[in-house]
Amino acid sequence: MAITSRAAFDPKHYLQARTQWHPIEYAFWAATLLPFILFPNHLVLASQIAITALFALSLDLILGYAGIVSLGHAAFFGLGAYTAGILSKHGWTDPLIGLLAGCAVAGLAGYATSFIIARFRHLPLIMITMGLGFLLLEAANSAEWLTGGSDGLQGVRKGRLFATIPFDLYGYTAYAYSLVVLFVVFLAVRRLINSPFGLSLRGIRENSVRMPAIGAPSRAHIRKVYTISASVAGIAGAVLTQTTATVSLGVLDFQRSAEIVIILVLGGAGRLYGGLVGAIIFMVARDQFSGIAPQYWYFWIGALLVAVVMLLPNGILGGLAQLGARWRGGSS
Amino acid sequence: MSGAALSTRRLDKRFGSLVVASDINLVIPQGVRYALIGPNGAGKTTLINLITGMLRPDAGKIILGDADITAFRPDARVKRGLVRTFQINALFPHLNALEAVTLAVCERRGVSGRWWRPLPAYGEAVEEAYAILGSLKLDADCCRLTRELAYGQQRLLEIALALATRPKVLLLDEPAAGVPREESAELFAAIAGLSKDITVLFIEHDMDIVFRFASRIIVMVGGRILLEGTPQEIAADARVREVYLGGEAP
Repeated sequence: MAITSRAAFDPKHYLQARTQWHPIEYAFWAATLLPFILFPNHLVLASQIAITALFALSLDLILGYAGIVSLGHAAFFGLGAYTAGILSKHGWTDPLIGLLAGCAVAGLAGYATSFIIARFRHLPLIMITMGLGFLLLEAANSAEWLTGGSDGLQGVRKGRLFATIPFDLYGYTAYAYSLVVLFVVFLAVRRLINSPFGLSLRGIRENSVRMPAIGAPSRAHIRKVYTISASVAGIAGAVLTQTTATVSLGVLDFQRSAEIVIILVLGGAGRLYGGLVGAIIFMVARDQFSGIAPQYWYFWIGALLVAVVMLLPNGILGGLAQLGARWRGGSS
Repeated sequence: MSGAALSTRRLDKRFGSLVVASDINLVIPQGVRYALIGPNGAGKTTLINLITGMLRPDAGKIILGDADITAFRPDARVKRGLVRTFQINALFPHLNALEAVTLAVCERRGVSGRWWRPLPAYGEAVEEAYAILGSLKLDADCCRLTRELAYGQQRLLEIALALATRPKVLLLDEPAAGVPREESAELFAAIAGLSKDITVLFIEHDMDIVFRFASRIIVMVGGRILLEGTPQEIAADARVREVYLGGEAP
């Protein structure tokens, strides 16, 4: 970025300008309301997309910003989902209580495992996150008294928002609820990545070896962001339970962990909106492709993934940003 | 020893049968510019790694001021004012220079874990980072990504990151490595201009630079300290000439 006049340069204003809302961001969030008008028959899908976007956002915090690759993030999603489900089964049907409980349980589990996570990087880290994911999946599978095992949790009840608004069949409430939760968490995450802590995370991603040499307790930072990320994943899981009134072992599945990495890479990791855009593309593609060929739809996801990674190494948003920069460079 | 900014007592380190540091006793008074010289493989970088905690000594003690820091983690040593730079650039490629130095300043100010207020709200930290960049003439390029900076500027950014931690003792591992000779004098002029409150120990191979900028010199050979003294004493020592300064063996 060129600075025309050195004397006029104010580093604070420069950083402030970088954290300001871009017009495209307003447009994006305005567009999230369109399904209510344009696709009222697809609101269930829309709420699934919002939940997936929230889950991807949680992964972006650790993968995109701190450079911590996890292939077991469904563990926290599943913990949130089961927590909300088990609570509602026992009469605690208020969605907000389920949401907070799912967030807290996943966050605690995240904090507990963060002590292991913070000690490793790269391949060992991927193996450990995967291993922890398998551990939790099989624990849930065997704890039938609590989770219902492979039959899924029975007796999950749909609550009413603020004890008044029911979740309807068409998904109006579900999408509105998912979207509001996504937006509120997004605002918090956006603040986080623009904060000194967010800068510390990028420092860890860029050069974890250098961090201690500037006095940074990298492991403490990693523990903190992992806990926050797990909490957000727990919220996403809880919302899924509450909007669908079902919980099965699928919420803890390895495939869910892998898919969310795919979604983030498709959209562009470390770009805040990458997970959101990735979730839209992935979920819509799944919806369309599985309509064409229900058994083989992953073929197209594979093709999409290979094409994006080969042509746009920084994901779809990274590619768009590059195009934008070139266009601006060419027009000036 | 009181009054010393940094001292080591009988530091030992070996990798298997290879002795990389043996019986290292240093007493570095405050404010002095020290050069650490010695042939390749003498253990100079290893010594810096030991002092800064990147390596654990097998035996011996490291004392910063009055405190025994031998068991401290590297980041805890930095917090106490013992800071290093790296021979090979160890920077943050996709942060711009302002962000990188702000990162280090925030860490020192203890606000690096704050996640609720945006970075510009910590205006003093940002201003301080900008001032540090200015003192090293990097301010004009502070918005460029680190990886896009010229190599010499990246070497300066290494030092800027170290300064952001407000070091008491600064260990510079070949600060001018890879920089053309004309520029390296400029770089050392910046180092010489640092506050006299900062004790500096630097590794350097260029003897002109060493004799120009160091007030005392330590010579290491084979993991041991051969000699320590003023530039005149070092230049006059026959053993130094023999093992290092390229003098012919008698």
